[in-house]
Amino acid sequence: MSRPALRLGLWLLLTPLLLWLVLLILLPHVDMLLISLRQRTGPGQYAFSLGNYLAFFDEPLYWRTFVRTATMSVLATALTLLIAFPVSYYIAKLMRGRAKSLLFLMCLIPFWVSELVRTYGWMILLRESGLVSGLLQWLGLVDRPVEMLYNDVAVMVGLIYTAMLFMVVPLITTLDSLDDAQIEAGYDLGGNGWNVLWEVVVPHAMPGIVSGCIVVFMLTLGNYLTPVLIGGKDSLWFTEQIFTQFITRFNWEQGSAFGILLLVLSSFMVWAGLRLSRQSFTRVMSR
Amino acid sequence: MIPSIPQSPLFRHGYRLYVVTFFLFLAAPLAVVAVFAFNDSLFPSLPWGGWTLDWFFNDSEPKLGIFHDDELLESIGISFFVAVFVTLFSLGLATSNAFLFERQDFAGKNLLYVLMLTPLVIPGVILGVSILIFGSSIANGVENQTGYDIEWLRPGLPLVITGQFAFITTICTLILAARLRKFDTSLEEAAMNLGATRVEAIRTVTIPYLRPALIGAGVVSFLMSFENFNTTLMLVGSDAPLTIAMFDRLREGSTPVLNAVSLLLMLGSATLALISVLVQRREG
Repeated sequence: MSRPALRLGLWLLLTPLLLWLVLLILLPHVDMLLISLRQRTGPGQYAFSLGNYLAFFDEPLYWRTFVRTATMSVLATALTLLIAFPVSYYIAKLMRGRAKSLLFLMCLIPFWVSELVRTYGWMILLRESGLVSGLLQWLGLVDRPVEMLYNDVAVMVGLIYTAMLFMVVPLITTLDSLDDAQIEAGYDLGGNGWNVLWEVVVPHAMPGIVSGCIVVFMLTLGNYLTPVLIGGKDSLWFTEQIFTQFITRFNWEQGSAFGILLLVLSSFMVWAGLRLSRQSFTRVMSR
Repeated sequence: MIPSIPQSPLFRHGYRLYVVTFFLFLAAPLAVVAVFAFNDSLFPSLPWGGWTLDWFFNDSEPKLGIFHDDELLESIGISFFVAVFVTLFSLGLATSNAFLFERQDFAGKNLLYVLMLTPLVIPGVILGVSILIFGSSIANGVENQTGYDIEWLRPGLPLVITGQFAFITTICTLILAARLRKFDTSLEEAAMNLGATRVEAIRTVTIPYLRPALIGAGVVSFLMSFENFNTTLMLVGSDAPLTIAMFDRLREGSTPVLNAVSLLLMLGSATLALISVLVQRREG
C-alpha cells in the first residue's frame, strides 16, 4: 500500500481515539482542576484562589474523612490480599482440569451481579432482624437481636467482598504460570514450606499481587455504595463528601478541589505501588 | 504445597476448610437476596413468613410485585436503553483502537496507550463529576455567547451514556486488542492475493476472527453499563436507571420487591455470561 494511504488509515484510526481521550478524559479533568482553583466573588464572577484547598485543611471533618478513607482503603486492600492469596493458590496449584475451571468461574460469579445487589445481600445478612443475628440467637450465643450493620467492621466486610474478585483473578493468572518444578526445586534445595512461599511463590506472583492491590485500592477508595448503605452515621467516606458538595450544596468549586485531592491520592498510591514493586503501569493494567 | 509434595493431613484439611468457607462467604449475600424474594413478609428480613410469588406477580399495594411496579419497570427500560448505546459506541471505538495499537506504528504510541489505560485508575465518582463539570462549562459558554442551551450537556441520559462510554471503551479495547494480537496477518494477505481489497479482507477475514471477542466485550460492556452506579449517580437527571432507582428505594427501606428485581438481574447476568462463555468456547 502506498504511503499516503497508510497515513490516511493511521489518521482515521487515531482521530476517534484522540477525540475520546481529549474530550472525555483530559479536558474534563483539566476543567475540574481550574474550577477547584477559583472562588466566586460575585454573581458570575470568579477569581483565582487556593481557598478551596485551604478549607480542606481548616475543616477537621474534611481532612479526617480523607485520612479515614485512605487508611480504611489500605487496610481493606491488605485484608483482601491476605484472604485471597491462599484461595488463589489453592485454585491455581492444587486443583486440576475441570474442577479448576469450575472454581475459577465460581470466583467470577459475584462480579456479574450488580454491586448494589451484593451490598443489599450484606444488609439482609447483618441487620438487626437479619440472618446472622437470627443464627446467633438460635445457637443461644446471644439472647436478643444484635445490630451488626452501621459500623466500620460491616463496611470493611462489604468493601472486601466487593473487591475480592479483582484480587483473585490476577493472582490466579500469575500463580497458574508458576511451574511446579520450581516449587519442587525449592524443597529439593532444603527449603521448607515457608521459605518456598517467600522465595519462590511470592516473587513469582508479584505482578499479580501489584495489579490486584492497585485495582482493589482504587475501587475501595472510590466506593460510594458500601459506606453509604452499610456505614453508620460517623463512618463518612470521601466520595460522600464529593457528592454532597456537588449535588446537595451545589458548591462545585469545593467539590472539584475534593475530586482533585482524591485523584492525587489515588495516583500517588498507584505510582508508589508500581515503584516499590518495580512494575510497569502498562503491564500491570493490561492483565 | 503442591500435590507432589506431601503435607500433613491436618494442614490439608484445614486448607480445604478455609477454601470452602471462602466460597460460602462469596455465595452468602447472593443466596439470601434470592431466597428472600420469596418471603411472604413486607420486609426483607426474618422472621420467615412462608413462600410466596407475590413479589413478582401481585398487582396491588402493599405487596406490589415487580411485574406491576411501573416505576421499577420503567427504570429497567432506561437502563436497557443506556446499556445498548454504551455497548454500541464502546465496541465501535474499541475496534478502531485495537487496530490502531496492534497494527500501526507512530510516534507517541506508548504515551497514548498509557493515556488509554488511565480511565481504569480514575475512580468512577471522579470521572462522573469531571464530565458533569466539563459538560456544564461548555453548555454555559455556549449559552452566554449565543443564548442557546445545549440540553444534552446537562445532567441526563446522554451524559450518563457519555460517562459510562468513557471508561467502558478502555475495557473493550483491552479485550479486542488481546484477540487481534493473536491474529495471523498472513490470512489477510492471502485474501488480498486472491483479489480482495484491504477493506474487504478486514471485513471478511479479520472481523469474523474477532467475533468471539466482540461478543465477549459486548456482553461485558452491556453488563458494566447496566450495573454501573458511581459514574451514573453523578450524571443522572430526572430519568433514573435501575441502579439509581433501586438505591433510592433501599435508602427509604423497601419491600422484598427489590429482592425480586435483584433475582431477575442475577438471572439476566448469568444468561449473558453463559452466552459469552459458550461463544468463546465454540469459536475460541
